[in-house]
Amino acid sequence: MKILRFLIFIIIIAFTWITPASAQQSTPQPDDVNRVAHQLYCPVCENTPLDVCPTQACAQWRGLIRDKLAAGWTDEQIKQYFAQQYGQRVLAQPQMPLVYIVPPILLLVGLALLMMAFRAMRRQPAQVTPKTGASPTVGASPTPQSTPMDAGQDVYLSRVEEELKKRN
Amino acid sequence: MSETNTTDEAPSYRRGGLPIWVQIIVWIVLLGLLAMAAFALANLQKGAVKTGDAIPNFTLQFFNGYEHQGKKEISMADLKGKVVVLNFWASWCIPCEQEAAPLEAAWKFYESTGQVVFIGVDYVDTEAEARMYLTKFGVSYPNAPDLQTRISPLFRISGVPETYVIDQNGKLAASQIGPFTAETQIRALVDPLLK
Repeated sequence: MKILRFLIFIIIIAFTWITPASAQQSTPQPDDVNRVAHQLYCPVCENTPLDVCPTQACAQWRGLIRDKLAAGWTDEQIKQYFAQQYGQRVLAQPQMPLVYIVPPILLLVGLALLMMAFRAMRRQPAQVTPKTGASPTVGASPTPQSTPMDAGQDVYLSRVEEELKKRN
Repeated sequence: MSETNTTDEAPSYRRGGLPIWVQIIVWIVLLGLLAMAAFALANLQKGAVKTGDAIPNFTLQFFNGYEHQGKKEISMADLKGKVVVLNFWASWCIPCEQEAAPLEAAWKFYESTGQVVFIGVDYVDTEAEARMYLTKFGVSYPNAPDLQTRISPLFRISGVPETYVIDQNGKLAASQIGPFTAETQIRALVDPLLK
């Protein structure tokens, strides 16, 4: 008899312990609603998170979040539902992976181009060699000590020389 | 001879120091970005649709309980030859409540003619509240949600309520920004379009 009483006592205790837990699940707390609402933006007023939006429309949407949470929906399911109803723009974090992939790729490509440009700019003056056809009368003919700038100038000076000759 | 050599070598300078194909790609990307920005800016500055503008085709799926000629969805292309009164509203919009009764009265006036179709478009709303609104004001003409907010940008609406009257050729004939206050206001926009 004692054992039976003890079992009944255990069962009652177990019920009283389980029931509030399941009741808590079915009635979401304001913090739960705000947690989901914070991940969404008001579709009417631009750039306002749903959890702080003061309009009637946002109050309705928070009510909708509460209903969905009470129905056992996960945060992700609720966000999906909002995106389906009102478009991707209501999501605080875009779902499209392109948004996260394209900017870093563009940045890397830009950096690579800059590096290529700088390297080419360093190399470029050295590649310019004065032509043998340059007039020997030109004083700035390149010597082993002459700088790349001298070499570049020499080409143009020789062309100027040629032009002057033609005119004379 | 020397002259020829000198002139021939001039093109060996590479502008910008990068291969030509890289420069072409960079310019194409830059011009593409500029074109996108220009398009977005031009779209922003367009303002609301104007009288005479052709309305692009779109499809609406009605709320349960609403239909048009036995169909649960409607396409603008199917409505050629009829005058369409397209009303954007929302349950959270207080001025919308003001025009609910005049709109319903005007719909009742034209319904039997078969020449005019009224359609309500529920703008970013929650379905439960939208249904309560429709029941509260006894709205009998077909209503549909603006799913994913795809329809309202076509009209570049600035808020609700807004109403667009589309003629038999699918062009915008008139618009009302803000609520109608009387049925006569609606009839004044629709009557001139009826033969």
